[in-house]
Amino acid sequence: MTTRRHFMSQTAAAASVMSFPLIAGAQAKTVKVGVLHPVTGALAYSGQQCRMGALMAIEDINKAGGIKSLGGAKIEAMLGDAQSSPQAGTAEIEKMNEAGVSAVVGAFASAICLATTQAAAKYNLPHVVDVGVADQIVERGLKNTFRFGPGYKKCAEVAVANLHVLNTAAGKPARSVMIIHEESLFGTGTANLLSKELPGYGYDVKEVIKHANPTRDFNNIALRIKQVNPDIVIPANYYNEYALLVRTMQQQKITPKAIYSVLGGAASSYKFVKEFPEAANGIIDCNHWFNPRDKRSLELKKRVEAQGQFFSYEVFMTYTAMTLLADAIERAKSTDRAAIIDALNKSTFSNHIMPYGTTQFVNGQNMGAQPLMTQVVKGDIKVIVPRDYREVEPIFPLNA
Amino acid sequence: MMFDASILLSALLNGLTTGAVYALIALGLTLIYGVLHIINFAHGASLMMALYGVYALKERWGIDPYVALPVMVPAMFVLGYVMQRVVINRASHGKDENILLVTLGLSIVMENLALLFFKSDTRTIDTAYTLTTVAIGPESAQVMVSLPKLVAFAGALVVSALLILILQRTDLGRAIRAVAKEKQGARLMGIDVEHVYAMCFGLGLACLGAAACFLLPAYYVNPQVGNGFVLVAFTVVVLGGMGSFAGALLGGLLIGVVESFGGLFLGESLGQVGIFVIFIGVLLLRPEGLFGAKT
Amino acid sequence: MTQVRKDFFSILLFVCLVAVVPLLTQSGVVLNFVMMALFACLIAQAWNVLGGFGGQFSFGHALFFGTGAYFQAIAQLSWGWNPWLALPAAMLMAALVGAWVGALSFRYGLKGSYFALVTLAFAEVFRIVSLSVPFTGAGVGLMLPLKESIGNMQFGSRSGFVWLILGLVALALCVTAYLRNSRFGAYLQAVRDNEDAARAVGVNPFHVKTWATVLSGGLMGSAGAFYVQVFQYIDPGIGFGSHTSVEALVGAIVGGMGTLWGPVLGAVALHVLADLTRNLFGQMPGINMIIYGTVLIVIVMFLPRGIAGLASYTPKSWRRNG
Repeated sequence: MTTRRHFMSQTAAAASVMSFPLIAGAQAKTVKVGVLHPVTGALAYSGQQCRMGALMAIEDINKAGGIKSLGGAKIEAMLGDAQSSPQAGTAEIEKMNEAGVSAVVGAFASAICLATTQAAAKYNLPHVVDVGVADQIVERGLKNTFRFGPGYKKCAEVAVANLHVLNTAAGKPARSVMIIHEESLFGTGTANLLSKELPGYGYDVKEVIKHANPTRDFNNIALRIKQVNPDIVIPANYYNEYALLVRTMQQQKITPKAIYSVLGGAASSYKFVKEFPEAANGIIDCNHWFNPRDKRSLELKKRVEAQGQFFSYEVFMTYTAMTLLADAIERAKSTDRAAIIDALNKSTFSNHIMPYGTTQFVNGQNMGAQPLMTQVVKGDIKVIVPRDYREVEPIFPLNA
Repeated sequence: MMFDASILLSALLNGLTTGAVYALIALGLTLIYGVLHIINFAHGASLMMALYGVYALKERWGIDPYVALPVMVPAMFVLGYVMQRVVINRASHGKDENILLVTLGLSIVMENLALLFFKSDTRTIDTAYTLTTVAIGPESAQVMVSLPKLVAFAGALVVSALLILILQRTDLGRAIRAVAKEKQGARLMGIDVEHVYAMCFGLGLACLGAAACFLLPAYYVNPQVGNGFVLVAFTVVVLGGMGSFAGALLGGLLIGVVESFGGLFLGESLGQVGIFVIFIGVLLLRPEGLFGAKT
Repeated sequence: MTQVRKDFFSILLFVCLVAVVPLLTQSGVVLNFVMMALFACLIAQAWNVLGGFGGQFSFGHALFFGTGAYFQAIAQLSWGWNPWLALPAAMLMAALVGAWVGALSFRYGLKGSYFALVTLAFAEVFRIVSLSVPFTGAGVGLMLPLKESIGNMQFGSRSGFVWLILGLVALALCVTAYLRNSRFGAYLQAVRDNEDAARAVGVNPFHVKTWATVLSGGLMGSAGAFYVQVFQYIDPGIGFGSHTSVEALVGAIVGGMGTLWGPVLGAVALHVLADLTRNLFGQMPGINMIIYGTVLIVIVMFLPRGIAGLASYTPKSWRRNG
């Protein structure tokens, strides 16, 4: 017994396969794409920013003529709320699958992505991961999962290597390091990697402090920083805690040689820079960032800000994930899931606003993905490393 | 692990000032629990509403949080009164488990109303004194304490004193104490129990209004912000003794200090466990808390 | 027919009806919905054993959930156990934690809100500790590797999971029926209704309440182990966070505490409500949850004895209770 919905989705699938548009002016149909993010609950802010990025991308793609190889078919978003939990995310995937989406973009948080990619894999539904930095997401051998951006292993490696470059170029003023991370998956994972890599480059990891989510007060941690007096403070946490930590450091007049974040929650956040320019000044971050040399990034930034929103990483990460998908659908010339997966696997997408160069997927991870090093300079966030994307000379150390 | 004197003094002062905020939040909870015997699931969300109120007053009309006290406290009082009289009382038919569900439902509604109106991003306010610190302690072990937190400390003392005064010296206070002790008897004496309950709830939320004014300069607000304080508030209430204001004040300060030293010696993440170990210990060994009456 | 026979017959009927669903449809949406609805039933029923029948409201049932979940994960990852072996062991572990917490709390005479708060505190302690301890993976959590096979309790299609959770729900229903019809259950309810009177007639309240905690904990632990098998990832927040504790008690109370079918009705009703509202007004997130919260309040307002309580309402009693 098939339900009516099942019957409809089968019919729709059959219809889409048959309607190869060979003649211009053939009836353009739509390509359904699932847009799944935690827009309510604890992660609501990030989820809503991601969704905004996805919808803007769809708007742009459709305005530019949609999927041309499908006769100008427009992308139609099917919105889903993951409610900040893996269970809700999974339930949404089931709904999207049955509604006949050709692919899914989502789901921001690593824990949710783990569940949604797995659920989508059952139906061979292509799932583009927009942020989700946990490396396990792409290490499970799921054929349907593709992550455009870097995972935290890559970010940690790049951060350490670049720290060494900056330090060496400045005459090696910094030796001691203190890591302050949040207690869950991303913070702990990042801190573990950093603690492992840094000594190899000759740095002394004096202390690693793990703090709760949420932390109501950072005075004790600030105190500890004062006591240990490291050259470099490395925070890896979410926006609220990051902001509170840095503000507390400012209040207690703690000024290390550098605040060097790795996936710092507020370190490369326009919102933070706008609200706390003094505290933010000089902070270096190794994080997701757009290609500053691509004019389109700046245009996108302007558009987002014109809507009264901040151009946060969630926006451009999901925006570009959607453009990657659209490109794959374009080359697949079909809305068939297997064809799209195949197209993603073979993707050499390079017409994007991220500093990833030519796309190349190995086991679902884009090998070109990399974070960029940014620094807050004169109230704005500028890229400092690598040289190809450098906008300003790095200020390191902040104060001799 | 050896720490020098200034670190220990600093941890102590941090703990006291943070604890003062816990006390402010717990004062309302202990009143509500002590009299109505309700475990108010909506306390955290109510704090969040109050914080948004303080935020809105500053952002929209430029009213400084401390100046906003005379606005926030009565406003939260009214909110509390209405919540108890109109919603909780009506919906729960007096059964404990239903009160739980109603306050839970209220907290969901409040959190998502905030999400709808203020969106999900974290908001902060900027005041002239947000970053000011005050030097405390002898020259050798001088500590810089944040000014907003010192003000919060003073605020907690004042609010506790006021509450104790209200309870001991006013007619309302007498009525509240009567109802808390013996509801039926109080009713027979002509006391409007429903009104007293609602006044209590209103007072409880009024305390949150004050707490919010003292908290926001040093913190932030978003729809989920209340959740981070609920468990600590419960711990303070239990430690201090349900229904005791002095208990809530001292309990709050004590918990703040325990949290502070726990963080220093066990790390900030594991150090949190100190709070709950105390919670369990008090419940098992001295459930009436520091100042509660032995039942 | 005796009450016992009626109860078990209704359980059997329920199981048969639900078991047929995966045979009638392969729709992922339906099967996933049924699976998660049954999951909600299981945790509500587990809570009901201690809360509804025992009268001891626990606010920290996630304690047992997380214990079961972590045990299930650790047994497979660190000791190479087969998940089918790990599942009963996880339940046992959760039951043991129940024994420990129950014995401790009741030994010190905790009841009412004090008991509720102490369970909350225990759940928090476990959550905080599991964030720091290496064998739980600390903050990173634990991930079960993907290896679909029946022998590995990772079913290719949702049907397998539906039958598994149905089995666990049936177990919980049988335990509940046992409580309704046995001497132990009578003792437990007597203690719930009036502990002193029960003690006066020779019932040992400590003994009875602790055993109820053991049963309740064990069932909750099975839900935890199940969760890990389905979602293959556990971390301290998911395992010991208050969300699961709340979901358990809400389902049981809304459905009707101390009844056989109450938790099932409540859990299903709330699950349907959550699902229906999830994407309502998708353009303005938040409205869906406001509706959910309001409906919850309204349900409580008009059904003070829960959904199951409707069955015992006659027009006369309604007027009396008004």
